[in-house]
Amino acid sequence: MIEISLDNLTFESALAELEKIVRELEDGQVGLEESLAHYEKGVTLLRRCYSQLQKAEQRIMLLKGLDGDNQPVTEPFETKPETVEDKPARKKTNNGDHLF
Amino acid sequence: MTAVSAPQGVKIKTVSELTREIKSTLEARFLRVWVSGQISNCRPASSGHFYPTLKDKEAQLPAVIWKTTVSRLKFELQDGLEVIACGRIEVYPPHGKYQFVIEDIQPKGIGALELAFRQLCDKLSKLGYFEPARKRALPKFPRRLVLVTSPTGAAVRDMLKVLASRWLAMDIWIYPVRVQGDGAGAEIASAIRLLNRLHVAEIIHIDVMIVGRGGGSTEDLWAFNEECLAHAIFESRIPIVSAVGHEIDTTVADLVADCRAATPTQAATMVVPDGVEFLAGLRGLEDRIRMLVSNRLGLARGRLEELANSRALRFPLEPIRSHEQRLDDWHDRLGRIAGQRLERARERVEAFAARLETLSPLNVLARGYSLTRRENQEIVRSAEQVAPGERLITLVQHGRITSRVEEAAPVPDPALSRSPADAAHT
Repeated sequence: MIEISLDNLTFESALAELEKIVRELEDGQVGLEESLAHYEKGVTLLRRCYSQLQKAEQRIMLLKGLDGDNQPVTEPFETKPETVEDKPARKKTNNGDHLF
Repeated sequence: MTAVSAPQGVKIKTVSELTREIKSTLEARFLRVWVSGQISNCRPASSGHFYPTLKDKEAQLPAVIWKTTVSRLKFELQDGLEVIACGRIEVYPPHGKYQFVIEDIQPKGIGALELAFRQLCDKLSKLGYFEPARKRALPKFPRRLVLVTSPTGAAVRDMLKVLASRWLAMDIWIYPVRVQGDGAGAEIASAIRLLNRLHVAEIIHIDVMIVGRGGGSTEDLWAFNEECLAHAIFESRIPIVSAVGHEIDTTVADLVADCRAATPTQAATMVVPDGVEFLAGLRGLEDRIRMLVSNRLGLARGRLEELANSRALRFPLEPIRSHEQRLDDWHDRLGRIAGQRLERARERVEAFAARLETLSPLNVLARGYSLTRRENQEIVRSAEQVAPGERLITLVQHGRITSRVEEAAPVPDPALSRSPADAAHT
C-alpha cells in the first residue's frame, strides 16, 4: 500500500495551530512563560512545515488496475512528449485480468 | 334484398391477398420517408419498444420505435415533443393497420444533444443533484489527488504542469479512461465508483479527484453529459472537480460535481494551494509570532527595568539603614537617660554617704571624742552607769584603751551631758 507519511501532521492542523498561537499572543492575555511556550511550539510547527515542504516530492503514478487482493497496481507515470496523442496508446498485457 | 355479385371476369381477392398487395405497395412506396409531427402516447411497452403516435392538426400516424433504436437516442422521448422522424411504412396484416417504423428521430428546431442535455438537467435538478448545499468543500492540502482522464491527452499534461509548479507535497494518481466515444461516460462512471470503493474501504486514501478532458466538439464532450456519470459523481464520497473542455462548455458533470473548473488547467490550480504563497504565509506567521513574543519579552523587560530602577531595589539597604539609625537614636537616648539616672543615683548615694560620714562615730573620734563601753558592750553615757573598779574599754580614733574606773560622779552641766551622737544629729 502506498501512503504518504507526513509524520501524522497535516498542513491543515499545523496551520490551525499556528493561527491559534498568533491569536493567543495577540490577545495579550497569556503570561510570559506561556508566551515563550507558545513561541517554542510555533517554531517547532514551522520547522516541521518547512522541512515537509522542502523534502516534498510529487509522485505521479498511473493506476493500472487491481491485483487479486483488490490492491491497486500502479506504475510511475511518464509525462510523454507533445506528439503522444498521435500515437496509439501503449498497451500492457500484464495484469490484463484487472485492467479497467 | 339483392345478392351482391362481382361483375363478370373480375377476380375476387381474399382479405389476405388484398392486404398482401397493400403491404407490398405501401412498403415499397414508403421505404424511407421523413415525417415531421408531434409525438404523443409516448410510453415504453413492457418489451421496451415504444408505440407512439405522430400527429399534426388533421391526421395521426401510428408509429413504433424498437427498443434498440430507443437505446441509441441521446434524449428522452416525451409527449408533445415536435420531432422529425425517419423511417418506413409497415403494414401489420393481423390488425389491418399500417404503422410508421421509426429508425431515427430528432427533436425539431433543437439539436438532439441539446435537447438531451436539457432533459437530463431538468431531471437531475428535480433530484437535487445541483443543489449548492450538497457540494463539498475541497481539501486545502490534498495528499492524494486522482486524475480521472485520458493518460495521453493534452489535459493530463496541462494539469501535471500546473501541479508541478504549485504544490509538491502530494501523490498524484492517474486513472486512465477513455473520454469520448460510445461507453466513455460509463467508463468514467465506473472509475469514480471504483476509486470510491478503494477510498471507503480505506485501501487508499483519496482527498480529491479531477474528472475531465480537454476541449472538443459537443459530441466529443458527450460522455460528460451521460446520466450514468452524473449518478456516479453525485454518489461519490470523494470531492470531485470537473474540468471539461473550454470555458464555454457546460456539461452535466460540471453541474453535479462539487466544483466546476472551466479548464483542466484551472482545475489543477483549484485543487492545490500555491506552494510559494503558502511558504510566504508561513514566513508571515513566523514573523508575527516572533514579533509578538519579542513584544511580550520587551514588555516584561520594561517592567523588570522599572522594578530594577525602583528605590527599593536600587537602595535595598535604605530601610535597614533607617532602622539602624533609629536604633542608634534610641541607643543614644537610652544611654543618655541611663547616664542621667546613674548620675542622679550617684548623687543621691554621695549625699547619703556624706550624711553617713557626718554620722559615723569614727568621724567623731577623729575630732578627739571617744567612745567608752562597759565590758558588756554597753555604751557609757553617764557616770551613774559605772562603778569604781569596773573595767571600761574606750575607743579612740586609732586604737582602744582599757581602763579602770576610779571614781564616777555625775556632772550637773547639761551641755556636757549631751552625747556625741546627739550632736551629730543636729
